[in-house]
Amino acid sequence: MIPISGERVRALVQPGRVHRSIYCDEDIFQMELDRIFGSAWIYVGHESQIKAPGDFLATRIGRKPLLLVRDPDGKIQLLHNQCAHRGSMVVASDGGHTSEFRCCYHGWTYHLDGRLKTAPLLHGYPSHFDPKNPDIAMRRVPRVASYRGFVFGSLAEDGPSLEDFLGYMTTSFDDMVDRAPDGELEVAGGTFKHSYKANWKLYLENLCDAAHPLFVHQSSIDAARQQSDEVYSDGSGEIAIRQMRQNGAPYSFWEANVGIWTYPNGHSFLGDYHDDAKLVAALNDPVFRDYVAAMEVKKGKEETKRTLDTRRWNSNVYPNLSFMSQFQQLRVVHPISVNETVVHTYVFRLRGAPARMFQNAISFANIVNGTGSLVLTDDLEIYTRIGLGLASAGSEWLEIGRGYDGDQPDAHGGRRGRNSTSEVYIRNMFDAWLALMTKDSAEPAHAGPRPTSAELMSL
Amino acid sequence: MVSDLSSASVRPEARLQPLGVAECEQFLIHEARLLDEGRFDEWLALFTADAWYWVPSQPNQSSPHDTVSLIYDDRRLLETRVRRLASPRIYSQEPPSRTSRMIGNVTIEDAAPDEAACTVRSKSQIVEFRRDSQRIFAGTCFHRLRRGETGIQIAWKRVDLVNCAGAHEGLVVPF
Repeated sequence: MIPISGERVRALVQPGRVHRSIYCDEDIFQMELDRIFGSAWIYVGHESQIKAPGDFLATRIGRKPLLLVRDPDGKIQLLHNQCAHRGSMVVASDGGHTSEFRCCYHGWTYHLDGRLKTAPLLHGYPSHFDPKNPDIAMRRVPRVASYRGFVFGSLAEDGPSLEDFLGYMTTSFDDMVDRAPDGELEVAGGTFKHSYKANWKLYLENLCDAAHPLFVHQSSIDAARQQSDEVYSDGSGEIAIRQMRQNGAPYSFWEANVGIWTYPNGHSFLGDYHDDAKLVAALNDPVFRDYVAAMEVKKGKEETKRTLDTRRWNSNVYPNLSFMSQFQQLRVVHPISVNETVVHTYVFRLRGAPARMFQNAISFANIVNGTGSLVLTDDLEIYTRIGLGLASAGSEWLEIGRGYDGDQPDAHGGRRGRNSTSEVYIRNMFDAWLALMTKDSAEPAHAGPRPTSAELMSL
Repeated sequence: MVSDLSSASVRPEARLQPLGVAECEQFLIHEARLLDEGRFDEWLALFTADAWYWVPSQPNQSSPHDTVSLIYDDRRLLETRVRRLASPRIYSQEPPSRTSRMIGNVTIEDAAPDEAACTVRSKSQIVEFRRDSQRIFAGTCFHRLRRGETGIQIAWKRVDLVNCAGAHEGLVVPF
């Protein structure tokens, strides 16, 4: 691949707008796999999925198939799922438990940390072939690290530590973990995989967008509002319908009551917009009585109140992770091609919480992340329509300027929008995009002071 | 025939007969036709007042309450789903899907079916065309059918798609 020059890449991102080719150019996409997925910390799984030595999980960074493994010493290993012999994928299952990995082609076997254990017919190889050579292995991803159970890998040998990369976003992971009375989360309840025919970046760009629900989700908002609560529900439909009604909050609410915060390296979170006491543990509805009691026993009243009063909706960790700490949901966006994306979504069980909490998290997953959801299906349609629309060069530039003049510093080193519907979180993602895409080029990613919107008009 | 399914046409002595395979098959064909023709209100009317409709996300999924589902609707959510299908703002059905379903291999699963209810297993193949692409779904359906005042009704329906665990674009038209 011939790299695109830093100068050309920089020309694609301007204050308040980006060039359409960022979403539909094959060379840009290849460069993103190389520069973004090839260097940033990428979420690869949760420690609860590989609890015991020998447990493994198939995962990926970008389009590379990897294995997340708990080795015999209890250490986490992240290996390329590729045989050192003829290159075949060694493990074909989604996960499991094993004492070694064995390639099905010629029987090369590997230790759980990726080192070659043995191979048939070793005597047949030339004298310079050394099976102890560390490169003759299921090779390790250069860096793997975990923050409170959330495991990330980086294909780059060097770079910031995971905690430095996450920065203030660690508080969103804290929020998710702290909601478990026993202080532990576990992935449970299966996986959703949904796909759309458009660029991978559009997904996170939608998740903190407080301006879209009233339009995109109008069909489910209307249908839910008209629904009689007298009709039989076993509890799951009630959760779904209450959630859909909340999407119909008026613009004045979305503008003023939610809040949007962004942080270095492309991360952001949107404040929560749910104010239905049956959905939000902080609002003291009796349905949460047992849960709050379990929390107070383990953490005390004050800490429980502090935890539950933290009210975040989507927390986006650039480039491809988004989670809902308050509702125990997590999504990972996988780029397949420049206009093809697959998203895997997971649910977490709060250890020590009443069973009903997990059942409700499942119902919540079905409506906000479900492939057959009455809500998500309209989002998927929008992404695909963007993919279709971008085939036209009618508009070379796409607007990401909403709230531009209201961007203001945040107390923790970030930037926030004056109004919650600000697109500051998209601009923030493109700052990170630009920094990673131009990392090796001579000129700085940002030249000169930030122009005002009035100056932009004259550009 | 469709009209044979209404209570008016069921003779009192017939009510005492267990539900037969042929009768169940006709009912499933009728249901598939309502879905293919977009007659979702009439489809909804086939379900009992406490019915559920379930499309699991995993093969051999044992519960809709401990594992996510492609669709799990209790009666209340099923009503909302059907109402949304009629909305002019349902962008995921603009343009609408066209579907064609085949029902076959119908068997009654109960060892001793009674006159009131039985569980029917069938195979379903659904072709869906929308915008510029066609999808094929195939799977096993289970219907709990019950004789009611208005004819045969669905107490619950479960659809196990062979590719339930795969990655899908949005699933909007019911199976």
